[in-house]
Amino acid sequence: MRHGRGNVPRVRIVVCVKHVPDIQSDRTLGADGRVVRDGGDGTLNELDENALEAALTLAEASGGEVVALTVGPDDAVDAVRKGLQMGADEAVHVLDDAIAGSDAVGTARVLAAAITRIGADAPVDLVVTGMAGLDGLTSLLPTALAALLDVPALPLAAEVSLDGTTVRVRRNLDHASEVLEAALPALVSVTDQANEPRYPNFKGIMAARKKPVTTLTLSDLGLAASDVGLAGARTQVVEAAARPAREDRVLINDQGDAGTQLAAYLVENQLA
Amino acid sequence: MTDSLVLLDHTADGTLRAPVRELVTIARGLGGAVHGVWAADGAELDPGALAELGALGVSRVHRVSADADLHLSAVLAEAVASLLDATGAGVLLATSTFENKEVAARLAILTGAGVVTDADGLVVEDGRLVASKTVFAGTWNTRCAVTAPLAVVTLKANSVAVSPAEGAGVPDVVEHAVTASAAARRVVLVERSERPDSGRPDLGSAHVVVAGGRGTEGDFTLVEELADVLGGAVGATRVATDEGWIGHDAQIGQTGVTVSPRLYIGVGVSGAVHHRGGMQASGTIVAINSDPDAPIFEIADFGVVGDLNAVLPQLTQELRRLKQV
Ligand SMILES: Cc1cc2nc3c(=O)[nH]c(=O)nc-3n(C[C@H](O)[C@H](O)[C@H](O)COP(=O)(O)OP(=O)(O)OC[C@H]3O[C@@H](n4cnc5c(N)ncnc54)[C@H](O)[C@@H]3O)c2cc1C
Ligand SMILES: Nc1ncnc2c1ncn2[C@@H]1O[C@H](COP(=O)(O)O)[C@@H](O)[C@H]1O
Repeated sequence: MRHGRGNVPRVRIVVCVKHVPDIQSDRTLGADGRVVRDGGDGTLNELDENALEAALTLAEASGGEVVALTVGPDDAVDAVRKGLQMGADEAVHVLDDAIAGSDAVGTARVLAAAITRIGADAPVDLVVTGMAGLDGLTSLLPTALAALLDVPALPLAAEVSLDGTTVRVRRNLDHASEVLEAALPALVSVTDQANEPRYPNFKGIMAARKKPVTTLTLSDLGLAASDVGLAGARTQVVEAAARPAREDRVLINDQGDAGTQLAAYLVENQLA
Repeated sequence: MTDSLVLLDHTADGTLRAPVRELVTIARGLGGAVHGVWAADGAELDPGALAELGALGVSRVHRVSADADLHLSAVLAEAVASLLDATGAGVLLATSTFENKEVAARLAILTGAGVVTDADGLVVEDGRLVASKTVFAGTWNTRCAVTAPLAVVTLKANSVAVSPAEGAGVPDVVEHAVTASAAARRVVLVERSERPDSGRPDLGSAHVVVAGGRGTEGDFTLVEELADVLGGAVGATRVATDEGWIGHDAQIGQTGVTVSPRLYIGVGVSGAVHHRGGMQASGTIVAINSDPDAPIFEIADFGVVGDLNAVLPQLTQELRRLKQV
């Protein structure tokens, strides 16, 4: 960690952002069970805007810097570009055909190698991710990535703060809420409760054009194709089909007796 | 034949979480022995719960203790990994909570397991474990084979009917003590507060869920009355939780709780894609909304275009009456 004004530690943060099919579009799986990602209506995973906002806020407080990182096909560069427009300082895009079809562990391996490489320039103090990719919604990646990087994981932060070299989060789980703390370097995933993401303004959009985007391949990262992609995956989709539409649907306009009709429907179908 | 470990999720006072019974039922179908994993995180397993697990087909319960807090997912993951190693089990089953997904992700790294989250079924097929799950907000059905020797599968509640085992007995309890690594101890649990019991069923595993949205304008009384007559849980949209009309733990959707009850009733809920992502896999979907163009009607089995302030009191009253006769 480097020190800035008044001896405040200046944090260097890597924020992981993902390019996903737009959830408002008709999303499909291909014959191979993989998400169709070339529909052209991909977008930055909405939840990663919260990750970017958290990273930028934390970095700004100490005059630190933010590197936006994505792993994905050509279009995925849009995700880090959006990060640069919001205020990130530089961007890294890992692009390699062999990565296609990676599971969470495969993707985590690539991200971990990229973060290690980014850390070779200057140490990375904090990794920030979103809470989930709105495509698969697995939420596996953040914890797997922290394990590979061998740093503590503080997932699902609804609040995150830095106090010197200690990171603290408050998180809401299924049945409890918790406060977690760890010393940097660490990894935090943030939820959509954590903040209100900023919109890139005109100045930000112009400035982003001059910021560097580095493209790396697997061999730049010292990874073998067999570690990632379909070759490295430990699960395989064997069947995928669009769910049939619901049948026998009923839609009524309330004429004063809809409550009674609905009660009868529930009882008839043994739902009440 | 695959022996399985089932993570026995429980409350702070030692009550089994309802979906654990489904996990045991599914594990039995894999043909091997079914072992329970009890994390001794302060709560202890009472004899009644142990007998119930036996009746469901659990032959042994491993009481796992550690020299660090088992509420930390990194500590629990290490304990489970050492137990998988000691028992030679081929699969770990757990409920699909956020904490268990953290355990699953760590196990993938620690043990090389293949992980499937939010599954609604698991079977052995041609010697491989195959999990089923819906994706893209419940619009696609997929089946996913685990190709690694070890599988970690988290299952959604309300996926299978719970059934008792034949010739079951009381499981034996064996101790399994672990030493947490220095790495697992780096996270400090400064504070943990269990959410107080609402007196209603748990949202994530309830058979009936009544969800209120902006249309309630902040008054959840009618929603709660309907939930209570149906013995259901109360849920909400993010608008309702953001407004502070109800706690954040009630939020259903992509960034909240995923529910798949037998019956979901949306009241004054528009059916935004983010909300649908958390409820579209429900059995029967009912919607009450004054706007005939609300997107929720596209997925409703029974839709009522009407004012919730008129429809709900009548519905609740009629259900009460029908229950009495
Ligand atoms: C990244 C991200 C994540 C999100 N995650 C979630 C999530 O997990 N869960 C979630 O729910 N939302 C989530 N949202 C928000 C989501 O997009 C919608 O804004 C939200 O679900 C809408 O809530 P609503 O249906 O209560 O409100 P509205 O969309 O405003 O709908 C209210 C409905 O009530 C009806 N109504 C009004 N008065 C009456 C009446 N008297 N009787 C009957 N009907 C009436 C109206 O016709 C309308 O259809 C997320 C958004 C983002 C950007
Ligand atoms: N291919 C990727 N590139 C960069 N970040 C990713 C990628 N996949 C997942 N992430 C990050 O991990 C978070 C959780 O994703 P997931 O585990 O896929 O639900 C996302 O919000 C991103 O921050």
